[in-house]
Amino acid sequence: MQFFIEVLIGGLLSGVMYALVALGFVLIYKASGVFNFAQGAMVFFAALSFVGFQEVLPARFGMEAGSAAVFWLSFLLAFATMVVLGIATERIVLRPLVNQPPITLFMATIGLTYVVEGLAQMTWGANVRGLELGIMDEPIAWLMDDYGIGVSKFDLFAAGVAASLVALLALLFQYTKVGRALRAVADDHQAALSIGIPLQTIWRVVWAVAGFVALVAGMIWGARNGVQFALTFTALKALPVLILGGFTSVPGAIVGGLIIGASEKLAEVYVGPLVGGGIEGWFPYMLALAFLLVRPEGLFGERHIDRV
Amino acid sequence: MKLKRTVLLGAALAGLLASSVAGAAEEQFIGLPSYRVGPYASGGSGVFGGWIDYMQLINERDGGINGVRLTWEECETEYNNARGVECYERLKKKGSTGNTVFQPVSTGITYSVLDKAAQDKIPVVTIGYGRTDAADGRVFPWVFPLITTYWSQASAIVNFIGTKEGGMDKLKGRKIGLLYHDSAYGKESHAVLDRLAAKHGFELSKIAVAHPGNEQQSQWLQLRQLKPDYVILWGWGVMNPTALKAAAKVGYPREKMIGVWWSGAEEDTIPAGPAAKGFIAAGFNVAGANYPVVADIKKFVYGKGKGNMEDKARIGSVYYNRGVVHGLITVEAIRKAQEKFGKGKALTGEQVRWGFENLNLDDARLKALGATGFLPSLKISCADHEGPGVVKFQQWDGSQWKVISDWVESDRPLVRGMIEESAAAYAKEKGIKPRDCSKEG
Amino acid sequence: MLYREAGQFRTSYAEDGRIFPIRQDRVGFALLVLVFGVAVPLLANEYWLKAILTPVLIFSLAAIGLNILTGYAGQLSLGSAAFMAVGAFAAYNFILRVDGMPFLLALALAGLAAALVGVLFGLPSLRIKGFYLAVATLAAQFFIVWVLVKFPWFSNHSSSGVVTAQEVSILGYRFASPEAKYVLTFAVVAVLALAAKNLVRSATGRAWMAVRDMDVAAQVIGFRLMRTKLLAFAVSSFYCGVAGALYAYTYIGTVEPEGFNLDLSFKILFMIIIGGVGSIMGAFLGAAFIVLLPILLDNLVPALFGDALGAGFASNLQLIIFGGLIIFFLIVEPHGLARLWQIAKEKLRLWPFPH
Repeated sequence: MQFFIEVLIGGLLSGVMYALVALGFVLIYKASGVFNFAQGAMVFFAALSFVGFQEVLPARFGMEAGSAAVFWLSFLLAFATMVVLGIATERIVLRPLVNQPPITLFMATIGLTYVVEGLAQMTWGANVRGLELGIMDEPIAWLMDDYGIGVSKFDLFAAGVAASLVALLALLFQYTKVGRALRAVADDHQAALSIGIPLQTIWRVVWAVAGFVALVAGMIWGARNGVQFALTFTALKALPVLILGGFTSVPGAIVGGLIIGASEKLAEVYVGPLVGGGIEGWFPYMLALAFLLVRPEGLFGERHIDRV
Repeated sequence: MKLKRTVLLGAALAGLLASSVAGAAEEQFIGLPSYRVGPYASGGSGVFGGWIDYMQLINERDGGINGVRLTWEECETEYNNARGVECYERLKKKGSTGNTVFQPVSTGITYSVLDKAAQDKIPVVTIGYGRTDAADGRVFPWVFPLITTYWSQASAIVNFIGTKEGGMDKLKGRKIGLLYHDSAYGKESHAVLDRLAAKHGFELSKIAVAHPGNEQQSQWLQLRQLKPDYVILWGWGVMNPTALKAAAKVGYPREKMIGVWWSGAEEDTIPAGPAAKGFIAAGFNVAGANYPVVADIKKFVYGKGKGNMEDKARIGSVYYNRGVVHGLITVEAIRKAQEKFGKGKALTGEQVRWGFENLNLDDARLKALGATGFLPSLKISCADHEGPGVVKFQQWDGSQWKVISDWVESDRPLVRGMIEESAAAYAKEKGIKPRDCSKEG
Repeated sequence: MLYREAGQFRTSYAEDGRIFPIRQDRVGFALLVLVFGVAVPLLANEYWLKAILTPVLIFSLAAIGLNILTGYAGQLSLGSAAFMAVGAFAAYNFILRVDGMPFLLALALAGLAAALVGVLFGLPSLRIKGFYLAVATLAAQFFIVWVLVKFPWFSNHSSSGVVTAQEVSILGYRFASPEAKYVLTFAVVAVLALAAKNLVRSATGRAWMAVRDMDVAAQVIGFRLMRTKLLAFAVSSFYCGVAGALYAYTYIGTVEPEGFNLDLSFKILFMIIIGGVGSIMGAFLGAAFIVLLPILLDNLVPALFGDALGAGFASNLQLIIFGGLIIFFLIVEPHGLARLWQIAKEKLRLWPFPH
């Protein structure tokens, strides 16, 4: 039982990590209907830029390595890089493709994936780097001693970050002018346009926000596994979360993440040994698929009604 | 159609351009199918950098091999089999004598070119990857899995654990966990480890990690339950730092984790930060820049600004030194072949194959090359295309790899038996009649 | 001038229903078949045959398969590579385990095996649409590869999981040389492409297109959705399966499950998007484009920039240009290369007197 609880908690916390990446997908899909496959590459690029600036600032400008100033300045610079990337994407890729079928836009974002991946490694090199956020990835002592359950401090921290990120996004969406405009655009592009909401500005904002989410996700995943190309694979963990929770729902990403994370770990531990293990690669997809058969638009997705 | 034709024309033109660069007499051409983008780039840039730097060293310091300058051309494979085949075909006719040797640094590409290379008479050299049973040179005359193979490595790791425990008989009843990348590469270890487990009486628990391995929560919880005495980490890429981090998370001592040579580079430990401290890994080459051969590269190649590495701090890293080993062995095989087929002449792939088969890097030769302890001494024969089958173990001290063992042998009779068994099955399936090695010169 | 249709009358239903109603097209097509079926194997060198033309043909076949599903029946799939893997491993096992199995029969059976698996993974398409379906097909991609790696029976207990394709021989003739392999590939691809062209013009093809354009409407006017969609999955997977078997037997020679990864699925999807969605010829153009472009860049970029920029730089630049060109093509011609050809034809029809 204790083992079960441990696996469950571990799974839920992993799920939060998936949700972090999935959020970026949801934001862009919600506002522009684009299934942005480049999100994984953006996570990589953002994290790489962050550690890159952390290296460059002390080396080139004589700032004190490891200081808070370097940390926050790198964070800001990496964010700025993502904003520039987002605006450039909107200007160069999306705007000329307005009104094209979704699959064309999707393919364009795969093309974008190659560009961003190449750009990242070209700018910062192919080296693998470590990233320290100052929180140890080790079990909380009293939980371990009293109950024998290992819960990582770092995972809890990640969960906290994800929660605040969702809260922040909710506030942004709910209580700001930009947020209202965003929701309007998400509801109906044409109607939003007709009441004078500048669609292109909104898209830029959304891509910038998605860049921010990518940066946060990249830093947390990077602190966990190192900043390297494999960060792009986090997208593959996020996709089942996305279809389970629905492409258009922010809470869906979180709930979907929790479900996927927990069931994936439980399946690997309890079902995995029966079939030889390593089922984590496909199990979430199968689970999401089975789930979709019951609810074809995901948990919180908008129900789509077909009319002839 | 118009567009297609333009593209074809362009490709043809580009091919012409590239081929006109090489081609002068007395140059030995070596085709380099490399990968410098994508998930494999971090390792690739080190291996190919070291390799090219060593060849550059031979040109700059010695003026080539007995006056034959080395030329090379890289071809980006992206670690993709189809691209690798294209590179193989593109490179094979380049240079005055064609491509001398093909070393894909990818098991998948190795398999894809095995048959073709034998037809084209180009030796395929696979150091630390590729087809294990190709170590039987009677069935695979054109393939050289030099120094060691995955099976030898698995056996050497078990021997190393045995020594740590104070004797192979102490392994009885011990538990060893195998955390492996769930792919053909990761499963390569199963057969030999199963046999060793039966032989020495230890209990082997195999735990799979799905590609890419950036999530190992459940595997490590399982391992924590099993409480193995040692964990063998048969990982690749992001799976390695993640495993180290996850081990720290569940409190498994890193000193009890032993990685394979694709798990034991700076690229695997640095991302894990302090969690990697104490981790042990096998390697057929060691890390460190304080070997005369590396010092010479710094002096003669980087001193003249002709180095290949963008990040000079990586000179002397595990992958970089592995590339130097690739270059060194290639050069020595060509040197050996020149002894037979004429010093100062450009050789064909067929002639260089002889050089590989009669390669003998004894301690004296390694010393002359400034590579004592850098790689094991090596003697190849017609039947044995592997050589010593030994590895050294290094431990990560938090900032660099420290050698902690001498060359550790594998269970030679067992591994060689398995290799011959497997090669014989292949020969039967393909209708190959094994060479009679007593007749080879 | 060149494309003058004047004077060509269709006087019977048979003539009206031809694939190429215009004489110039027929001649052009025959020439194309002659060039690629006869002249190329006689004249092209080994490099072109082995490393470029054969894979282009094989990927064209896979692209036709995906085009049937995505371009004609409107079901987005990201699992084509996995169906290729099914085909490759099915062919291997049929030949291995059945004595005297003729190669062509094994090829057909490989296709059928892939079709069966395709239907299985196509079932969710009855409920799920659009990107939800696309992501769901990833389940097929990951699951199939996992099964092939996990159960050693499929690779005949090979320790490395890699299988070596057996020798191809039909009626005693051994297809060993690159020329022979190319001709065999060409023949299979040509026959299947022709079949596909006819299939999409038939009632089945029209049913697919009706479903693609609006499946609810198609259902209302009496198309049976289940049958139509599943048939699309079956035929599409059949093509991918045969392509996979050819990939193993006439091209690479050895196969490992991991070779059929998501990346390959994306490449095939690119082929149909760049080539032209809903066009058989587009599949060929797209495959040629996607196979040739990286090779061209790999030759061109180092030649243009030399070693001046550092080794990693050139490779990354290639990747960026590759991605950039794809975006560029999507923007400039979202309907693909096939559409360019159509426009060229329209122009040629009036040329040189456009008024």
